[in-house]
Parts: sequence; structure tokens; C-alpha cells
Amino acid sequence: MIEARHLTKTFRDKKRGEIRAVDDVSFRVQPGQIYGLLGANGAGKTTTLRVLATLLQPTGGTAVIAGHDIVREPEKVRANVGFLAASTALYGRLTAREMIAYFGRLNRLPEAEIRVRIKRLADELDMHEFLDRRCEKFSTGMKQKTSIARTLIHDPAVMIFDEPTLGLDVMTARAIVRFVRDCRTRGKTVIYSTHLMGEVEKLCDIVGIIHDGRLHAEGSPAALIARTGEADMEDAFVQIVGAKEPA
Amino acid sequence: MNWHSIATVYAKELKDLLRDKRTVRSMIIIPTLVMPALTFGIGKIAAGVFSKARAETPVVMVLSDGASPGVMAQLEQDKKLRLVPARDDWKQQISDKKLRAAVQLPENFEAGLKAGAAPAVTIYHYEGELKSGFAVNELEAFFRDLSARTARARLAEHGLPETLVRPFETRRENVAAPEKVGGNALGGIVPYMIIILCFMGAVYPALDLTAGEKERGTMETLLCSPVARVDIVLGKFLMVLTSSLAAMVLSLISMSVSAVAAGSVLGGARMAGAARAAAGAGALPTIDPAGVLGVLAMVLPVAVLFSAAIFTVALFAKSFKEAQTYVQPMVFIVILPAVIGMLPGIDLNARLALVPILNLSLVCKEMLSGVWHWNYIALIFGSTCVYAAAALALAVRMFNREDVLFRV
Repeated sequence: MIEARHLTKTFRDKKRGEIRAVDDVSFRVQPGQIYGLLGANGAGKTTTLRVLATLLQPTGGTAVIAGHDIVREPEKVRANVGFLAASTALYGRLTAREMIAYFGRLNRLPEAEIRVRIKRLADELDMHEFLDRRCEKFSTGMKQKTSIARTLIHDPAVMIFDEPTLGLDVMTARAIVRFVRDCRTRGKTVIYSTHLMGEVEKLCDIVGIIHDGRLHAEGSPAALIARTGEADMEDAFVQIVGAKEPA
Repeated sequence: MNWHSIATVYAKELKDLLRDKRTVRSMIIIPTLVMPALTFGIGKIAAGVFSKARAETPVVMVLSDGASPGVMAQLEQDKKLRLVPARDDWKQQISDKKLRAAVQLPENFEAGLKAGAAPAVTIYHYEGELKSGFAVNELEAFFRDLSARTARARLAEHGLPETLVRPFETRRENVAAPEKVGGNALGGIVPYMIIILCFMGAVYPALDLTAGEKERGTMETLLCSPVARVDIVLGKFLMVLTSSLAAMVLSLISMSVSAVAAGSVLGGARMAGAARAAAGAGALPTIDPAGVLGVLAMVLPVAVLFSAAIFTVALFAKSFKEAQTYVQPMVFIVILPAVIGMLPGIDLNARLALVPILNLSLVCKEMLSGVWHWNYIALIFGSTCVYAAAALALAVRMFNREDVLFRV
């Protein structure tokens, strides 16, 4: 389970002064649920997810993930989280097998267990053909599969996806979406950030609309559309954040 | 701190770096193959140029009033010189390297010698030109011999013994052990080389494992793992330290091997000076093994200091290129004290023993010469350990700073 309580993150910028990237954000995600964090670029999605993944420390508030506090027990939180983002790359000079095994070792799994899990993941993700090739030569699809296997090697209870389909072709993006659904089926707690309305409607059980670091609305896609009286998620989003289209 | 995590990070970084062609080139191939090839190549060229110049009989010109036929005849008979007829453009010929040297005999030189006068002979040459220098050496040897023969003749005329002008002889004899002489001869350059090699060996991996990882996006992936950041820093730092020490040791071994091989193959031409000083002509200088071990022990904290310092500086950069611009000025900070340590006349004292790098350079020079100032050695080792620990602590601190790791 994920429970964010008044999560706040500020940065200091020499020119702009204090920037509140995340401002008093609270939400809850249950196991077997996909929570979509929907927002425009710069809305605070990535910062929120980085704070949840303990890559960044919150300035205020906290969150409890799989029973561990992100401020007090960041290492235990990370042991229970699989974090996948467009910015989390692979080691080009390692093979896919070595890459996955490395993260298995970092998660303190025994070597025999790592071997078994790599075999299972390679079966599930159809990776055998390139498992022993170096990642630097991979296509985008192969990279995504390897990254997914990397996030799953320690079988985390919580999955955090930060715009995982960004820049991917349609087929690879569909594979990712399918994988996220699989996570829900397996009972994992999933949080998924995106700015694509279609993905939200297809995937998410609950959507949190974030803008300027603040959570403006929360509910199922259908509920949000109904609440705003708009025809689809995109119009509902625009009405909620009160955004004006650029001239 | 978890040793399993540190070892995991270290093992991965080692495998990753050894697969990087640039690392293998800079850490292994260049020090072990290119350096000996260069040593051999430069040595062979230098020895070839030197022996060719030596083999050539220097062309010299005698500027004389024609009143010294005896001296002219002796010069013509000297097989080590080739006389050419005097010409007015002799200065130009020396400048054009057609003529190696010219000698000006004073007016009535022979008559003056017989009359007991002390006329001055002037040798004109091209300063700094190798072959002109050989010609001058031959001419000076000829006139020294002529001077000695004239003095003997004059003494004999007056029935006086030769010892009147040369009452005694002096000769030099080395009593220092060859390793001490070798240590003294190489004591300046070896610490300098060690310091530079240690630094250079740490640069590439430190940049690759920090700014390089940030640039490639793998740093964020690594930070997602449950490993504590201090363990990540230590694993990466140990890899940088390994590279620093490996580059230094490999370079030193290959340079030593190539120097010995070049010495025997090339007749020790380039090492001749140090060799003769060490144990007579033909032998190469040796270094006290205890001194070498002492140097290696003293280098350890300095390698830690370099590795941690470069690691910290490179961590601030967003890209490998940016990191290079930060680290380049550090080269001068390292070279300056290392060069000062090489200078003669700068001796170790309590104050200098606290100056990093310079203290290592000075104490290594002493240890290689067989001088062991234990108080200074302890002070230098201790102070460098403190600096190294501070640099490592700073590296860990910086690695925990979000504005450093996620600088955009």
C-alpha cells in the first residue's frame, strides 16, 4: 500500500527563489489498484514519484510504502519498490542477464534464487534471445523488457512508473501498458504517472490530477468526467486545472 | 555500511570498466605496451643520433698566420680531426653546420711557446650543437695535450721535475652502495612519476562512475536499489582507487622493464650517467627494495586522496565532458608540488611534511636514497591519511546531496 501524507518538496533556485514542486499532496493506493498521477509537464509528477521512491527527501510530510516510512526507512522502502522511469537507463556494457542479476544482488537475493527468477522473467517477457547480449546494442523494446525485469527481480509489492511509455513506439508502449495491468492482476500496488489521457482511461482505477505541485482532484476516470460534465478525460482535465490553451 | 553491497557495486564496476575499450587502453595497453615502445623507440633514435655524430670526424678550420707549421702538422696528423683550408666565411660555415669548429692560433704561436709566453688559443663553435660540441672536445683535448707537452719540455730545459707544476693527483672513488647511488639519482623522478601516474589512473574511472553515469541515466537506476548511498560511494571509490594503483604499478613495472631492456639493448646510452654513478660504467642503477616498498606504502593514502578528490569534483558535473573541465585544473595542483619536490636543495622539515603531495615527493626521495626519518614518515603518513579520510567523507557527503546528484 502507498499512503502519502501532506507530501511537500521545495527546491531552492538562485534566480527563482523557492520552488514548491510538490505542495501538500496526500493520497492512498491499495494493493491491486493502479493510481494514475495525471499532469502536464512540470506539474510535479516526477518529483512526487522520486520522493516516493526515496530518491529525493520530502521537505514536509511523509509517505508510508509497504509499511515503511520513506523518511525513516528509505532502504526498506526501496527494497519493496520497483521504480521504472524514462530516465532509469541500463548499463550498456552489461548483458541483460548481468544487469538483472546485479539488481538481484543489490537486493540481497541468493545467487540460486537470482538464477531461478531470471529464468522465469525471461520466460514471461520473452527475453531468451537477447538475454546474454550487451544492453548497448538493444532496440528500445529490448531495453524496456530488461528494465521491467530489473524492477521485478526482487518481486516488489509496490510499482512506481514515471511516464514509462515516453518516446516509445506504439507496440512497445502497448507492451508496457499490458505489463502494468499484469502488476495489478498480481495484487501489486501501482502508481503510474503520465500526461496521456488515453493511458489514464485505459489503465487507472483512480486518477489524481496534479498541477503546480498540488493535487487538484481525485477519483475514477468516469467519476472525474461525470463531476466536470465534460465528454472525455482530456476536457475534464483542462477544466479541473483551469488551464488555458497556449496562443 | 554493508560489505556485501560494497563488494557487489565494486565487482560490477570492475567488470563494466574492464569492458570499456577506453579504460583498457588508458589503464593497461598504454602503460604496459606503449610506454616501453616509446622508451625503446626514443632510446634507439637517441642512441643512433648520438653514435652517428660520434662516428663522424669533425671538420675544423685553423685560422693561423702561417707561422706555426709544427702545430699545423700535428693537427693534420690527428686522426680525430679533419682540417679544411681556411676561408673568410668560416663563421657562416659554422652557423650553416658545414664546419663544426674553427680554432684561432695567435700570431707567432710556436715562437711564443718557445719563448715561454702564454698565448691564448680561441676555439669558435656553435653553442648547443651536438657535432660542434664533439669538435670542441677534440680540439680541447689536442691543445691540453700540447700544453702538457710544452710544460714538460720547459721543466726539462731547466732540469726541474714534472711534479713541480703537478705536485699531486686526485681521483674519485664511490663508497656508497649502488642502491643508494641509484636511489639518489632516480629519487627525484620516481616520486614525481608515481604521483602523476596515480592521479592519471584515477581520472577516467572517477569521471565515468560519476558524471558518466549521470549522463547515461544509470545513476538514477542504481539509486533505486535498496543499497545505502555510503555503500555505493565506497564501492565506486574502491574501483577508482584500484584503477589509480593499477595504472601506477603497471606503468612502473613496464617502465622499469623497458629501461633495463633498453639499457642492455642500446648499450645503456641513455642511462649511462646514472649507471656510471651507480656502479661503474655499463651497470644500471639499482634501488633499495626497502625504499621501493616504503614508497608504495606512502603512496596508498595519496592514491585514496586523489581518488576521493577527483570522485567528489566529478560528481558535480552533469556530463563526462563537463567533469573533464573541472578535473583538468587539478592536474596543475598535483604537478606543482610534485615538481617542487624534485628540485635540489628542498629538504624535508616539519612544516613541509604537512603539505600534501610535496611531502610525499620529498620523503620518497629520501627513502629511495636510504634515508629513513621515521618522525617525518609517521607525520606524513598520518597527515595524508587524515586528508584522504576527509576527502572520502566529503565524497560521501556530496553523494547524499540531492542538488549534486540530480543537478539539471
